[in-house]
Amino acid sequence: MISGAEIMVKCLEAEGVSVVFGYPGAAICPFYDKIYDSDIKHILVRQEQNAAHAASGYARCSGKPGVCVATSGPGATNLITGIATAYTDSIPMVAITGQVRSDLLGRDVFQEADITGACEPFVKHSYLVSKTEDLPRVFKEAFHIASTGRQGPVLIDIPMDIQTNEIEEFVYPDSVNIIGYKPNTKGHAIQVKRAIDAIKLSKRPLIVSGGGVLSSGVKLQFQDFALKTRIPVISTMMGIGVMPSENELYLGMLGTHGKAVANRALHEADLVIVCGARLGDRAVAAPHQMSENTTVIHIDIDPAEIGKNVKTEIPIVGDMRNVLDMLVENIGDYTVPEQWQETVKTWKKDLFKTPPVFDGYVEPRTLVGHLSAMFRSKAILVADVGQNQIWCANNFRIREGRFLTTGGMGTMGYSIPAAVGAKFARPDRDVIAICGDGSFQMGMNELATIAGNKLNIKIIIMRNSRLGMVRELQDKNYNGRHSATILQGDPDFLTIAEAYGIDCAEASSNEDAENIIKGIVDSDKPFILVCNVYPDTPSI
Amino acid sequence: MQYTLSILVENQAGVLSKISGLFSRRGFNIDSLAVGVTNTPGVSRITIVANGDEYVVEQLEKQLNKLIPVIKVKRLNNDEFISRELILIKVHCAAAKRAEIIKTAEIMQAKIVDVASSCVTIEYCECANRVNTLIDLLKPYGIREIVRTGTVAIDRGTASVSV
Ligand SMILES: Cc1ncc(C[n+]2csc(CCOP(=O)(O)OP(=O)(O)O)c2C)c(N)n1
Ligand SMILES: [Mg+2]
Repeated sequence: MISGAEIMVKCLEAEGVSVVFGYPGAAICPFYDKIYDSDIKHILVRQEQNAAHAASGYARCSGKPGVCVATSGPGATNLITGIATAYTDSIPMVAITGQVRSDLLGRDVFQEADITGACEPFVKHSYLVSKTEDLPRVFKEAFHIASTGRQGPVLIDIPMDIQTNEIEEFVYPDSVNIIGYKPNTKGHAIQVKRAIDAIKLSKRPLIVSGGGVLSSGVKLQFQDFALKTRIPVISTMMGIGVMPSENELYLGMLGTHGKAVANRALHEADLVIVCGARLGDRAVAAPHQMSENTTVIHIDIDPAEIGKNVKTEIPIVGDMRNVLDMLVENIGDYTVPEQWQETVKTWKKDLFKTPPVFDGYVEPRTLVGHLSAMFRSKAILVADVGQNQIWCANNFRIREGRFLTTGGMGTMGYSIPAAVGAKFARPDRDVIAICGDGSFQMGMNELATIAGNKLNIKIIIMRNSRLGMVRELQDKNYNGRHSATILQGDPDFLTIAEAYGIDCAEASSNEDAENIIKGIVDSDKPFILVCNVYPDTPSI
Repeated sequence: MQYTLSILVENQAGVLSKISGLFSRRGFNIDSLAVGVTNTPGVSRITIVANGDEYVVEQLEKQLNKLIPVIKVKRLNNDEFISRELILIKVHCAAAKRAEIIKTAEIMQAKIVDVASSCVTIEYCECANRVNTLIDLLKPYGIREIVRTGTVAIDRGTASVSV
């Protein structure tokens, strides 16, 4: 005989899961009792939301679904923000929650919360398991759904009795059969042909790349396509990293917080190839940013994204990998007209400008710009939310590494837990988290996770003693009335770091900051650098 | 523009709330909704009548298709399908008016299913337009209560929406 809890662990093992992030409680205790004996590493976070963010960071760097676990009621509701963040960022994730006994469901007993109901708008799919026998199928389906098609979080809610009941034997299914779920992966040949014809006719083609290129794991193929055709590339926030920032074809991030040259390119292009991006309002604030006569080719695994935000002439539903293969195969030796190549070259010169320095402060954009060269080329940078995110997005010169941030939900507090997840996925790489002083205080409870697991994560806090991004908005739209955006009563972050036993330092000039960083890049210990930033430093 | 969607779903817990939630979340209004089993065990059909422009309907179809328990979504083409609603109407009926009301029901091919001292109950199964016509005809007598199902619809001819 085998219990539901044991089955849960065996399912995770069968899926090749090696680490899960979670926080226990009574309703998930049977599972915790069994994972105690397993080789699967359980990482105890300090707040459930961070278990989901850590699973997100892990998923993005490992290419496998991240797994997070919480108890019923408040544990489960604490997960919601993390699940919603993963949903809008299309991150493959399996979230497991304990639930009260199934015979008590609906009676509002202690720590009962309808978590499948509450998460309904934020999950790709969810299960409330009603029989122990169903567990293997549910897990198999959950991992399949989370990691195929447009990826996303799947929630499995498991009542106590389902975890404790025993059944005869454990058999893990080797395939799934969900009649309503058959994601289309192969691009339509006729649409691909139309796209090729349109590209060949265009005078000023442009690629807009989103997170889809990264999540389908085809960065290098994508670069080959761009380099071969010489089509210039701009990216959304989630797409940063598809090309090395210094590459001559790459013109930066588009959108309200993006690079002027990227937006200019979008405006002047006569053909735009959108690759795995949904083009939300931050990317293309107003569709009129694109010229009336621009031909749009949109490649996406999710048919619902095509035509949702921009008018599309040539839709191609399919996996980036397949579609790119088809494009490369059929494009022949086409290259972009000389004149457009020349224009792009002159624009590229304008991409990185040196911002003015304020005496006695660190200039954050310059610091971020120099950061990549100080770390190894595959470094993973996790940016939080606020001005710090924009500084990172526009100035980090990514090489072969990754840039992680939450583009869809913009959840403050993402960077530190996501860096924890990234480090578990890629212990061999440098992992850097950059956050604001506001967002640091939303994620800093994970300093304990970092210290406890001796994780080599370097944290840079951009301290402007403000909720800088909102304050900037108030300056622009609310007559400079700084309602609730001045951070009063903040602690000394160095003392906080020391309390956790984490080495730290403070910098008030770029020279200081860079010297400190140079001194710690080779250490295998975590470090916190507090950079004093002039409060009026603009986002862009 | 009014349109009718015929949706086949796996009959599992929560599927109806997933679908209705999708409508309300994205600000799409539903005019009517009807659910019933089909000839395939485990598969139910949901018929939805709603309003919206072409963009809205296309988005809806795509978003519905994304729901895992949704097997198939089809927008039924105008005039190429048969639709029915069932309505039960309780109408005020003074003795003097009884013959008149019965006559109206007869003309519309509706059935009187219950008679009491001061009212009659009429059953009618027709497309929404004709149901509305009957209601209009009966209004002058005083309607006490209306009980109405959502629209169900099926393709004309050999076309079908099945698994
Ligand atoms: C959880 C959450 N709450 C509120 C916001 C709204 N918000 C966006 S940016 C920002 C300010 C962030 O301040 P800080 O972390 O200090 O970064 P800065 O802008 O100063 O660099 C706020 C409050 C948010 N994005 N997420
Ligand atoms: Mg700040």
